[in-house]
Amino acid sequence: MGMLHTVNKSPYQCNTLESCLNHVGEGDVVLLIEDGVYAAMKGGRAADVLSAVQGVKVCVLSADVKARGLEGKLIDGVEVVDYAGFVDLVTETDKTQAWL
Amino acid sequence: MSDVKKFLYVNRKAPHGTIYALESLEVVLIGAAFEQDVALAFLDDGVYQLVKGWDTSELGVKNFQPAYTALGDYDIQKVYVERESLEERGLSEDDLIEMTYEDEDDDWAEKSSIRIVSREEMAQIMRDSDVILSF
Repeated sequence: MGMLHTVNKSPYQCNTLESCLNHVGEGDVVLLIEDGVYAAMKGGRAADVLSAVQGVKVCVLSADVKARGLEGKLIDGVEVVDYAGFVDLVTETDKTQAWL
Repeated sequence: MSDVKKFLYVNRKAPHGTIYALESLEVVLIGAAFEQDVALAFLDDGVYQLVKGWDTSELGVKNFQPAYTALGDYDIQKVYVERESLEERGLSEDDLIEMTYEDEDDDWAEKSSIRIVSREEMAQIMRDSDVILSF
Protein backbone atom coordinates (compact mmCIF):
# COMPACT_ATOMS: atom_id res chain seq x y z
CA MET A 1 0.00 0.00 0.00
CA GLY A 2 0.88 3.69 -0.41
CA MET A 3 3.70 5.78 0.85
CA LEU A 4 4.27 7.49 4.16
CA HIS A 5 5.24 11.15 3.94
CA THR A 6 6.57 12.89 7.03
CA VAL A 7 6.57 16.69 7.24
CA ASN A 8 8.56 18.35 10.04
CA LYS A 9 8.43 22.07 9.16
CA SER A 10 5.85 24.71 9.97
CA PRO A 11 3.71 25.52 6.91
CA TYR A 12 4.13 29.19 7.74
CA GLN A 13 7.91 29.01 7.70
CA CYS A 14 8.51 27.20 4.41
CA ASN A 15 6.71 25.36 1.62
CA THR A 16 7.58 21.80 2.71
CA LEU A 17 3.96 20.79 3.36
CA GLU A 18 2.77 22.42 0.15
CA SER A 19 5.42 20.56 -1.82
CA CYS A 20 4.54 17.29 -0.10
CA LEU A 21 0.82 17.70 -0.83
CA ASN A 22 1.63 18.38 -4.48
CA HIS A 23 3.26 14.97 -4.70
CA VAL A 24 1.01 12.65 -2.67
CA GLY A 25 -1.07 9.93 -4.30
CA GLU A 26 -4.26 8.03 -3.48
CA GLY A 27 -3.79 5.84 -0.41
CA ASP A 28 -0.74 7.69 0.89
CA VAL A 29 -0.37 8.80 4.50
CA VAL A 30 0.93 12.21 5.56
CA LEU A 31 2.33 12.29 9.08
CA LEU A 32 2.95 15.71 10.61
CA ILE A 33 5.79 15.74 13.14
CA GLU A 34 7.83 18.38 15.02
CA ASP A 35 6.87 21.89 13.78
CA GLY A 36 4.85 20.23 11.00
CA VAL A 37 1.98 19.68 13.46
CA TYR A 38 1.06 23.39 13.33
CA ALA A 39 -0.52 22.72 9.92
CA ALA A 40 -3.35 20.78 11.59
CA MET A 41 -4.29 23.59 13.95
CA LYS A 42 -7.88 24.81 13.70
CA GLY A 43 -8.39 28.26 12.21
CA GLY A 44 -5.01 28.57 10.52
CA ARG A 45 -4.61 29.13 6.79
CA ALA A 46 -2.72 25.85 6.40
CA ALA A 47 -5.62 23.89 7.91
CA ASP A 48 -7.83 24.83 4.94
CA VAL A 49 -5.24 23.45 2.54
CA LEU A 50 -4.92 20.27 4.59
CA SER A 51 -8.69 19.64 4.82
CA ALA A 52 -9.03 20.03 1.06
CA VAL A 53 -6.72 17.09 0.32
CA GLN A 54 -8.59 14.02 -0.95
CA GLY A 55 -7.75 10.32 -0.67
CA VAL A 56 -4.90 10.81 1.77
CA LYS A 57 -4.85 9.99 5.47
CA VAL A 58 -3.42 12.76 7.64
CA CYS A 59 -1.86 11.94 11.01
CA VAL A 60 -0.09 13.97 13.69
CA LEU A 61 2.39 12.80 16.31
CA SER A 62 0.91 13.19 19.80
CA ALA A 63 4.18 14.05 21.57
CA ASP A 64 4.69 17.06 19.28
CA VAL A 65 1.05 18.14 19.61
CA LYS A 66 1.22 18.07 23.42
CA ALA A 67 4.60 19.80 23.64
CA ARG A 68 3.20 22.75 21.69
CA GLY A 69 -0.05 23.06 23.67
CA LEU A 70 -2.20 22.08 20.68
CA GLU A 71 -4.33 19.36 22.26
CA GLY A 72 -8.00 20.07 21.49
CA LYS A 73 -7.03 22.64 18.85
CA LEU A 74 -6.73 20.33 15.86
CA ILE A 75 -9.02 20.15 12.84
CA ASP A 76 -11.38 17.18 12.41
CA GLY A 77 -10.33 14.23 10.31
CA VAL A 78 -6.76 14.15 11.56
CA GLU A 79 -5.62 11.02 13.35
CA VAL A 80 -3.41 11.42 16.41
CA VAL A 81 -0.73 8.72 16.70
CA ASP A 82 1.91 8.02 19.36
CA TYR A 83 5.48 6.86 18.72
CA ALA A 84 4.33 3.22 18.40
CA GLY A 85 1.72 4.37 15.87
CA PHE A 86 4.49 6.12 13.93
CA VAL A 87 6.36 2.80 13.72
CA ASP A 88 3.17 1.04 12.58
CA LEU A 89 2.76 3.58 9.76
CA VAL A 90 6.34 2.97 8.65
CA THR A 91 5.83 -0.80 8.53
CA GLU A 92 2.36 -0.65 6.92
CA THR A 93 3.47 1.52 4.00
CA ASP A 94 5.79 0.58 1.13
CA LYS A 95 8.27 3.34 1.80
CA THR A 96 8.76 6.56 3.66
CA GLN A 97 9.66 9.95 2.30
CA ALA A 98 10.81 12.56 4.79
CA TRP A 99 9.96 16.06 3.58
CA LEU A 100 12.46 18.34 5.31
CA MET B 1 24.10 60.98 28.73
CA SER B 2 22.48 57.69 29.51
CA ASP B 3 24.19 54.53 28.34
CA VAL B 4 20.98 52.54 28.50
CA LYS B 5 20.15 51.23 25.06
CA LYS B 6 16.89 49.95 23.70
CA PHE B 7 17.30 46.26 22.98
CA LEU B 8 14.74 44.41 20.90
CA TYR B 9 14.79 40.63 20.79
CA VAL B 10 12.99 39.44 17.68
CA ASN B 11 11.56 35.92 17.87
CA ARG B 12 10.39 34.33 14.61
CA LYS B 13 10.73 30.58 15.25
CA ALA B 14 8.39 27.96 16.75
CA PRO B 15 9.51 26.61 20.13
CA HIS B 16 10.65 22.98 19.82
CA GLY B 17 11.63 22.29 16.21
CA THR B 18 14.82 24.31 16.56
CA ILE B 19 16.87 25.55 19.52
CA TYR B 20 16.34 29.25 18.68
CA ALA B 21 13.48 29.89 21.12
CA LEU B 22 15.36 28.52 24.11
CA GLU B 23 18.58 30.29 23.13
CA SER B 24 16.72 33.58 22.74
CA LEU B 25 15.30 33.25 26.22
CA GLU B 26 18.79 32.67 27.66
CA VAL B 27 20.15 35.78 25.94
CA VAL B 28 17.15 37.87 27.04
CA LEU B 29 17.83 36.96 30.66
CA ILE B 30 21.49 37.92 30.31
CA GLY B 31 20.54 41.25 28.70
CA ALA B 32 18.05 41.98 31.46
CA ALA B 33 20.75 41.46 34.08
CA PHE B 34 22.71 44.37 32.56
CA GLU B 35 19.83 46.76 33.22
CA GLN B 36 19.20 47.67 29.61
CA ASP B 37 15.83 48.69 28.19
CA VAL B 38 14.66 45.30 26.97
CA ALA B 39 11.67 44.55 24.76
CA LEU B 40 10.62 41.30 23.13
CA ALA B 41 8.94 40.90 19.76
CA PHE B 42 7.08 37.81 18.62
CA LEU B 43 6.10 37.52 14.99
CA ASP B 44 5.71 34.87 12.28
CA ASP B 45 6.13 31.40 13.86
CA GLY B 46 7.57 33.08 16.96
CA VAL B 47 4.01 33.62 18.23
CA TYR B 48 3.81 29.84 18.81
CA GLN B 49 6.32 30.27 21.66
CA LEU B 50 3.58 31.96 23.68
CA VAL B 51 0.76 29.44 23.06
CA LYS B 52 -0.14 28.12 26.50
CA GLY B 53 -0.41 24.54 27.68
CA TRP B 54 2.89 22.95 26.69
CA ASP B 55 3.44 19.36 27.85
CA THR B 56 6.92 18.34 26.71
CA SER B 57 7.11 15.12 28.78
CA GLU B 58 6.90 12.85 25.73
CA LEU B 59 9.57 14.84 23.91
CA GLY B 60 12.05 14.29 26.72
CA VAL B 61 13.03 17.95 26.82
CA LYS B 62 12.64 20.56 29.54
CA ASN B 63 9.42 22.58 29.49
CA PHE B 64 10.87 26.09 29.39
CA GLN B 65 7.49 27.83 29.07
CA PRO B 66 7.41 28.89 32.77
CA ALA B 67 10.54 30.96 32.10
CA TYR B 68 8.52 33.30 29.87
CA THR B 69 6.10 34.04 32.69
CA ALA B 70 9.04 34.83 34.98
CA LEU B 71 10.41 37.56 32.68
CA GLY B 72 8.40 40.18 34.57
CA ASP B 73 10.59 39.52 37.60
CA TYR B 74 13.54 40.61 35.45
CA ASP B 75 11.78 43.90 34.80
CA ILE B 76 10.83 43.02 31.24
CA GLN B 77 7.64 44.98 30.66
CA LYS B 78 7.28 45.09 26.91
CA VAL B 79 6.30 42.00 24.96
CA TYR B 80 5.07 42.89 21.49
CA VAL B 81 3.05 40.26 19.61
CA GLU B 82 2.11 40.84 15.99
CA ARG B 83 -1.61 40.63 15.33
CA GLU B 84 -1.32 39.51 11.69
CA SER B 85 0.94 36.61 12.67
CA LEU B 86 -1.63 35.45 15.24
CA GLU B 87 -4.55 35.74 12.83
CA GLU B 88 -2.84 33.84 10.00
CA ARG B 89 -2.38 30.95 12.41
CA GLY B 90 -5.93 31.00 13.79
CA LEU B 91 -4.70 32.30 17.15
CA SER B 92 -5.94 35.07 19.42
CA GLU B 93 -4.68 36.66 22.64
CA ASP B 94 -6.76 34.11 24.59
CA ASP B 95 -4.50 31.32 23.34
CA LEU B 96 -1.42 32.95 24.86
CA ILE B 97 0.21 32.55 28.26
CA GLU B 98 -0.12 35.37 30.76
CA MET B 99 2.92 37.59 31.10
CA THR B 100 2.88 40.28 33.76
CA TYR B 101 5.10 42.81 35.49
CA GLU B 102 4.70 45.00 38.55
CA ASP B 103 4.42 48.70 37.73
CA GLU B 104 6.70 50.68 40.02
CA ASP B 105 4.92 53.95 39.12
CA ASP B 106 1.47 52.59 39.96
CA ASP B 107 1.89 51.17 43.47
CA TRP B 108 3.37 47.95 42.05
CA ALA B 109 0.12 47.00 40.36
CA GLU B 110 0.37 43.82 38.32
CA LYS B 111 -0.06 44.55 34.63
CA SER B 112 0.09 42.53 31.44
CA SER B 113 3.35 42.79 29.51
CA ILE B 114 1.78 41.55 26.29
CA ARG B 115 0.89 44.19 23.73
CA ILE B 116 -0.75 43.08 20.53
CA VAL B 117 0.49 45.32 17.72
CA SER B 118 -0.10 45.56 14.00
CA ARG B 119 2.55 44.68 11.42
CA GLU B 120 2.98 48.39 10.77
CA GLU B 121 3.48 49.14 14.47
CA MET B 122 5.96 46.26 14.71
CA ALA B 123 7.99 47.78 11.89
CA GLN B 124 8.07 51.07 13.79
CA ILE B 125 9.12 49.34 17.03
CA MET B 126 12.06 47.82 15.13
CA ARG B 127 13.02 51.20 13.69
CA ASP B 128 12.88 52.78 17.17
CA SER B 129 15.26 50.25 18.75
CA ASP B 130 19.00 50.80 19.19
CA VAL B 131 20.00 47.15 19.03
CA ILE B 132 18.08 44.28 17.43
CA LEU B 133 18.93 40.67 18.18
CA SER B 134 17.18 38.16 15.93
CA PHE B 135 16.27 34.57 16.69
